[in-house]
Amino acid sequence: MRSRARRSRALGRLVFLGPGLTYLLVLLLVPLALLIAFTVFRRGRFGGVVYEVTGENFARLLDPLYLEIVLGSLKLATIATLIALLIGYPTAYLIAQLPRKWKTIALVAIVLPFWTNFLVRIYAWIILLSGPGLVNSTLLDLGLIDKPLELLYNQGTIVTGLVYSYLPLMVLPLYAAIEKLDPQLREASANLGASPARTFASVTLPLTLPAVFTGCLFVFVPSFGNFIIPELLGGGRSIMVGNLIRDQFLKARDWPFGSTLMLALLAVLIILLLLQAWSARRA
Amino acid sequence: MSRTRYTRRLPAAALAAGLALAVSACGGEAADTAAAPAASASSAQLNPNADLSKQSVTISVWAGYTPTDLPQRIKDNLKTTLKVTEHATNEDIMAKLTAGADTGLDVAFVSGQYAQALNEAGLLEPIHPELIPNLANLYPEAKELSYDKGNVFSVPYTWGTTGICYRTDLVNTPPTSWNDILNPPAEALKKVTMMTTERWLALPAIKALGYSVNTRSDEELAKVKAKLEEAKPKLLKYEDVTFGDMLKSGEIVMAEAWDGWCPTTEKNIKFVIPKEGSDLWVDTMVVLKSSKNKEAGHAFINYILDPKVHGWAAENILYKVPNKAAMDAMDPKLKADNAPLQMTPSDLLKGESIIDLGEDSVKFGRLSTEVTAK
Repeated sequence: MRSRARRSRALGRLVFLGPGLTYLLVLLLVPLALLIAFTVFRRGRFGGVVYEVTGENFARLLDPLYLEIVLGSLKLATIATLIALLIGYPTAYLIAQLPRKWKTIALVAIVLPFWTNFLVRIYAWIILLSGPGLVNSTLLDLGLIDKPLELLYNQGTIVTGLVYSYLPLMVLPLYAAIEKLDPQLREASANLGASPARTFASVTLPLTLPAVFTGCLFVFVPSFGNFIIPELLGGGRSIMVGNLIRDQFLKARDWPFGSTLMLALLAVLIILLLLQAWSARRA
Repeated sequence: MSRTRYTRRLPAAALAAGLALAVSACGGEAADTAAAPAASASSAQLNPNADLSKQSVTISVWAGYTPTDLPQRIKDNLKTTLKVTEHATNEDIMAKLTAGADTGLDVAFVSGQYAQALNEAGLLEPIHPELIPNLANLYPEAKELSYDKGNVFSVPYTWGTTGICYRTDLVNTPPTSWNDILNPPAEALKKVTMMTTERWLALPAIKALGYSVNTRSDEELAKVKAKLEEAKPKLLKYEDVTFGDMLKSGEIVMAEAWDGWCPTTEKNIKFVIPKEGSDLWVDTMVVLKSSKNKEAGHAFINYILDPKVHGWAAENILYKVPNKAAMDAMDPKLKADNAPLQMTPSDLLKGESIIDLGEDSVKFGRLSTEVTAK
């Protein structure tokens, strides 16, 4: 009887897990396995894949041209992440101190842009920053400048777009961590004579450090692989690793090298996730 | 033309590419091993009296490139069913067709150099002229295209060239040379765009240096790269899609542009082919060797070449069509308002046909990456 009950429990689990597992298997693991397999083959004469094993795709990863693009992407994503942290931490801290009603309003305001189409938001930046755009025309009308400033199509605009797009991903985990902090700890620190800055440095910051890592990871990962923002706000003048991967599949028809680049990107991200998990465990 | 379909629909392109990858990932490279000259493709006799009502036609075409009521018109005129599927880019359809699996497609719209590559891969049915009497409507020049002389495996649908689209009121001297784009005058500094699609990104420098658009020479391409890198700081951006609007707003004063995309209906906007010459691009229709409805596929192409049908492309997407009867029947006012439509086939053929470079095509990919990555 007991074994029958166990079997029916197992069957029940399978029924519930089935759709999710199938989804993961068919739409994630199988394509991922295929892409990983492509990394050892070579590009066909007309695109596609020729099943001859080669190591040349991995050797190409060390080509200075591609290394430069990867390093450039790392730089832009790191700058965007640090700026998002500098803006996001005080924002999250402030929201956590608000009365309950205002907290909700502030959080909705932070999340609200996510409910708007990503491309529309990026195009909005173009409308704001272009030569005849709102910023330039206002400055010209006020007589503060005599010719339009070059605000678009440079690396600074790419970073602005990345920070703008992913800032909520920094604020939300930080808010959750700061909100959970026991206020008595800060009170105790103050009672023992610590200044607000000392309390922040010795109590608040260390206790929210895992959330800082999480927020940084949430901003860094999509920034590093992004290709829409460099295309639209960078004017195609600087490409990031996301553009490079897209171009291998959509333009060069070089699936093996595109897959190898994707695998390298995935490896970097897995290392970062492991670091984040490690920091969370230590905390 | 294809390139515009791609860039205009970037999100759709990304999605389509993702789907294409998922769908065709299981296939291998049939094309690579099957590479064979055109003559070896199937040339079995087709039945000119085949009952088309027992066949159907599935085409793959860029969105908006054929009339929306085409399936109904085909049903009414050919008594066969037309199913229209769409691809975002040439690369997208190439990935699908070379992945090995049967795509179920009968006719595909691809640019000339891609038709050439598909033919070399042995994937195309030779065109059976006896089933396409409307081929007679084409200009004689349309049979002289260097990627497919005599329309052996492809039938041209639209054609055009690349030049400089500019604001007459915002430049002191009208541009006449590709160097005007690469090294713009003071009033145009940082107010110029060049195209981002690989072969066209390189085109201004290639022609300015007097090379062939189909160059494979490493030495020449190194000089092209140096010229493009020198030009980059003087450009506003690389752009295939919105240069027309940017010209209208005055954000830019000059752009490398496909003829049909230059908004010459605006009073102050003109299109010029630089003195060093330019390219000739052609979008074509091909019948796939794997098609099980080859008679219907040919009948479809024949129907498209009817001047009343083919003229739709010229009148609605403002690309020239290589169909003399259709161009002759076009509303003269439309021609008068859109200067590039006045270009004659012999003007067009002065441009150099873009051909497939095979293994060497990766050189252009690398060149474009090198220029945009710096």
